[in-house]
Amino acid sequence: MQFKSMVLSNVELSPGYFRMRMTAPQELLASSPGQFLMLRVVDAIDPLLRRPFGLFDVGLFTPEYAGCGAQCYAEILYKVVGKGTKLLSSLHHGDLVDLLSPLGRGFEIGPSGEEKILVGGGIGLAPLYYLAKELVKKGEKVRLFAGGRNRDDILCITEFERLGVETYVSTDDGTLGDQGLVTEVLERHLGSGMRIFSCGPTPMLKAVALLAQKHGVPCQVSMEAYMACGVGACLGCVMKGANHTDENPDYRCVCKDGPVFDSFELQWS
Amino acid sequence: MQKPDMSVEIAGIKMRNPVMTASGTFGYGSEFADYMNLESIGAMITKGLSLKPKAGNPTPRIVETPGGMLNAIGLQNVGIDAFISKKLPYLQNVDTPVIVNLYGNTLEEYGEVASRLDGQQGVAGLEVNISCPNVKQGGIVFGTDPQAAQEVVRLVRKNTSKPVIVKLSPNVTDVVLMAKACADAGADALSLINTLTGIAIDLDRRRPVLANITGGLSGPAIKPVALRMVWQVAKNVKLPIIGIGGIMNGRDALEFILAGATAIQVGTASFLDPSAAQRIAAEMEAYLAEKQIPSIASLIGALEA
Repeated sequence: MQFKSMVLSNVELSPGYFRMRMTAPQELLASSPGQFLMLRVVDAIDPLLRRPFGLFDVGLFTPEYAGCGAQCYAEILYKVVGKGTKLLSSLHHGDLVDLLSPLGRGFEIGPSGEEKILVGGGIGLAPLYYLAKELVKKGEKVRLFAGGRNRDDILCITEFERLGVETYVSTDDGTLGDQGLVTEVLERHLGSGMRIFSCGPTPMLKAVALLAQKHGVPCQVSMEAYMACGVGACLGCVMKGANHTDENPDYRCVCKDGPVFDSFELQWS
Repeated sequence: MQKPDMSVEIAGIKMRNPVMTASGTFGYGSEFADYMNLESIGAMITKGLSLKPKAGNPTPRIVETPGGMLNAIGLQNVGIDAFISKKLPYLQNVDTPVIVNLYGNTLEEYGEVASRLDGQQGVAGLEVNISCPNVKQGGIVFGTDPQAAQEVVRLVRKNTSKPVIVKLSPNVTDVVLMAKACADAGADALSLINTLTGIAIDLDRRRPVLANITGGLSGPAIKPVALRMVWQVAKNVKLPIIGIGGIMNGRDALEFILAGATAIQVGTASFLDPSAAQRIAAEMEAYLAEKQIPSIASLIGALEA
């Protein structure tokens, strides 16, 4: 779906990290965690392309001004890394952006009764909040392992805790939580009856996928890639499928076949 | 005032308006059905197809540049047989002409792909890609050598009864020379331009951004170059021309018509606006209506220069 959306708020959470809330059509309530949106910041030719963002949250709010019923909102979490996100960070309440959403394949929640293990690296936490909310709503037990380089990279932990999610934080420099990699903390807690949902930098996802394999825990990963269209046409965002060879190409589009994959679907080498 | 007549014809392919979708930017059509009415445009051109499925290049394959983007997809495609069995049936049910873009790694492959498509219902014409900058198998560069281009066009012409459009590369010294060579070899129409070869560099890493090192530049940044080449070819070659290069809106499209194009292709614009082709067709019509111009045909090559 393509639609115009009004910025409701755009707040800097920690240096360079923002959380933006926008209006959205009611249809977005039918989206699933892990799906994403493509956002066009300005109707201009530079920056030219849309930017992909995982859905951080989707829900209903009732505006304070009179005469309004409940409206749908969508939220994203983003890090300022270049021209597009820099411009995005300058938007205010009332500004309009153009969105395509919901896009892609989201997380498969799996059977109930398992322990749902969320593993997020830095900005990769974004789609996990929407997922945690849905899981908690279903009465699932949810634990979050969040990692980053330092305390500024660890976002919205209290939001997860408010949902009742047990959280484990680790940073490379030890400025928040345990010092070390998120995967080190994760491995100490892995066991049977669990299911992993992970999003973050590719090296982290690879490490999580290997850990999951080692412990026989089913694992889904949400991938990030450069993409132009978001609808499966440009073939810019492909990843190699597990059985890919040059003779029998098996490329998967992150935008359409993903962004969420079962870890065994992809080639990690 | 009457609705303007937007219909045009290219080499016997009748189109309701001059807007076509450029190869490689519109998938196999179905990807865009959720966002626009596929029956609102003049024609659809498929992703470039080869004899065998092709993996394409390693990633990163795309990067944004000021006013444009570089891509080095490497012609990833499902191969001609899978296209005919899996993708074409969908397109046959859409009431819009479908033009199949094709390429070969060798001269013979061009001929083979063309002949496999010849009997296919629902294929209105062929667009021969002699100009992809991202593939260099065999070391033959059909798009920059007039004699090699002629051989390709002659062979495709011999292997099909369908209209043959040849897509030209801008990465040549004299585009008119290439255009004439293709015309002499039996092309029915010319489409131009394909992407301009470029490089994006990551200063801090001291590496090219694209795995392929070079890529093809597209988007608004190339429009002036494309307009110049369309204008030059239109002045010197009698064939109908399809203008391509950075068309983002109806006004851009009409500039190409003035420069001598009979039709246009929307490429990169479909990436940022999946309904761009439909919107551009509507904007073109609205411009004609506003200026009380009865038909698009009267604007073709009407540049006063």
